[in-house]
Amino acid sequence: MASTPRTGAMTAGEVVRRSIQGTRSDWRSLAFEGFLVLLLVLTLGVLAWLLVVVFVNGIPTLAERGLDFLTSPLASRPQEAGVGQALAGSLWLMAFVALISFPLGIGAAVYLEEYASDTWVTRLINTVVRNLAGVPSIVYGLLGLAVFVVALRDFVGPGSTSGRGLLAGGLTMAILVLPIVIITSAEALRAVPGAIREAAFGVGATRWEVVRSHVLPYAAPGIFTGTILSMARAFGETAPLILVGAVIGGFNVEYDSIIGTLQGRYTALPTTVYDWARKPASFEGNVYAAIIVLIVVLLVVNALAIYLRNRFERRW
Amino acid sequence: MTATSSQHPTRLKIGDLRGSPARRRREFGVRVMFLAAASLSILISFLIILSLVGEAWNFISQVDLLLLVERGWFPRRDLYSIHTIVAGTVTVAGIGMLVATPLGLGAAIYLAEYASPRVRRTIKPILEILAGIPSVVLGYFALQVISPTIVDPICPGATEGFNVAAAGIGVGILITPLIASVAEDAMYAVPRSLREASYGLGARKRTTSLSIVLPAAISGIVAALILGFSRGIGETMVVSIAAGATGGSLFSVNPCEPGQTMTAAMTALATGSDQVRGATLAFPSLFFVGLLLFVFTLVLNLVADHFVRRVRIRY
Repeated sequence: MASTPRTGAMTAGEVVRRSIQGTRSDWRSLAFEGFLVLLLVLTLGVLAWLLVVVFVNGIPTLAERGLDFLTSPLASRPQEAGVGQALAGSLWLMAFVALISFPLGIGAAVYLEEYASDTWVTRLINTVVRNLAGVPSIVYGLLGLAVFVVALRDFVGPGSTSGRGLLAGGLTMAILVLPIVIITSAEALRAVPGAIREAAFGVGATRWEVVRSHVLPYAAPGIFTGTILSMARAFGETAPLILVGAVIGGFNVEYDSIIGTLQGRYTALPTTVYDWARKPASFEGNVYAAIIVLIVVLLVVNALAIYLRNRFERRW
Repeated sequence: MTATSSQHPTRLKIGDLRGSPARRRREFGVRVMFLAAASLSILISFLIILSLVGEAWNFISQVDLLLLVERGWFPRRDLYSIHTIVAGTVTVAGIGMLVATPLGLGAAIYLAEYASPRVRRTIKPILEILAGIPSVVLGYFALQVISPTIVDPICPGATEGFNVAAAGIGVGILITPLIASVAEDAMYAVPRSLREASYGLGARKRTTSLSIVLPAAISGIVAALILGFSRGIGETMVVSIAAGATGGSLFSVNPCEPGQTMTAAMTALATGSDQVRGATLAFPSLFFVGLLLFVFTLVLNLVADHFVRRVRIRY
């Protein structure tokens, strides 16, 4: 066998690499990288810790109560209390968000991205939207309290609810997520390349036709992802609902008409968690079980959004 | 082509190109609709300011101004010491930042500089999930788990689990993903050429990350920290659940004790009873606190926005 030049057991490449890097192992760089990994693991570890605690403590209650827990109304005894009304209320709030925030938010995004020229009005709207997205959620609760509960009481919830009805909660929630819908939709629209629009303009389409037939379909996955995520945000939001009167404690009225339901009392899943969290320790199992329901719904929704984004993501 | 056009010498007028009136009318209608949707945000901001300022003015004009510098915040006894809850807010948000700054920046540097694309693709969605955990859940976690396991050894005898430190740590966990994602975006936006120049001079990865990328992205990182702080100030449920002191609190910045923030003071008032709208000033005081909170977060967000824009202009 032809002899290859060797120094000890090292190949030539090894020798070169060593002499460039220095033979000392660079422990500071290793320590730095290790430190970064540690911080990241800590962050992810908190998530894992939280999930483990919630599931370990909640599964027994959930297993014992079964479907009963998902359908029972609020009650003062933990063995009877369930999240039936809370789930129904949360679904109603989602409906408000979907029916009000989505059309308005997507419409606003289309105006800002497709129609508006760069005037001071456009810049003002853009600034306002960005700042609205940063307003703490509880301030939206105050807005709902002042506008829907107090000013529009006779319309929103006459009678026993004194304005603190489902309508007030739903409208407040819709306003809360509107800026998020606008921002995510605008990002999705911006990602559609200009050439697509120009092609459509080139064959004589008007702006609305361009938007409807070209821009919106191409931006749809992005818009969809954004709207789903904003829905998830509304699903977990608690503070504003407390101010606009999501019921804490219990109520047992059945409404037979849509109007009655809209003007009547309501509660939501996170508000129920908050309420039970302040009760004596006998409610602990219920709290964890309700949190599991909340987290499972959110995880499913988030996973759906991530799947959609990865499945339909387009690279231009 | 030229042959056909010369056979029809009638010249096209601008009006012929504008399409049918029905089409133009529809076009105009759609445009107005979209403009209306966009203008709604201005209306909402206007309503927010109007409702906050209106009731806040009621409060300020009726309250005995000396009560505002009392020793505690007990709205049901007509004691409205604003600086008590402002101090509580800053304490909680400050503890939150102590937790979230190293965690968030560490995660950001790792993801932007060290992680392989595959690791990035796996970890970013997980961070998004952490960001999506509702604050009520984190609040309960802070009260039930963080308070006994982390806070109790540091301050023994923390009252029945309710304390400002646990709430602050909870808030910190909540804002970590936000800081990580904004800071990571900023570092990711630093052009490759800067890194390559650094490597070309023989710098190590650590040196490049700390002395080249970090300073180049500093505007975005500052923005991330400001946004995190602003979010911490506005965070409500974690504090409402974990910090205790629902009735009111004396002035204190001791993290081992129960305390109250501006946000928690508002939920406490709203859940106390339906008689928030009683004869007292409790109801308008809600809006005064809300206005303060709104102004604080608005200023912080505007400053952060300014820093973010500086990154965008430079690269």
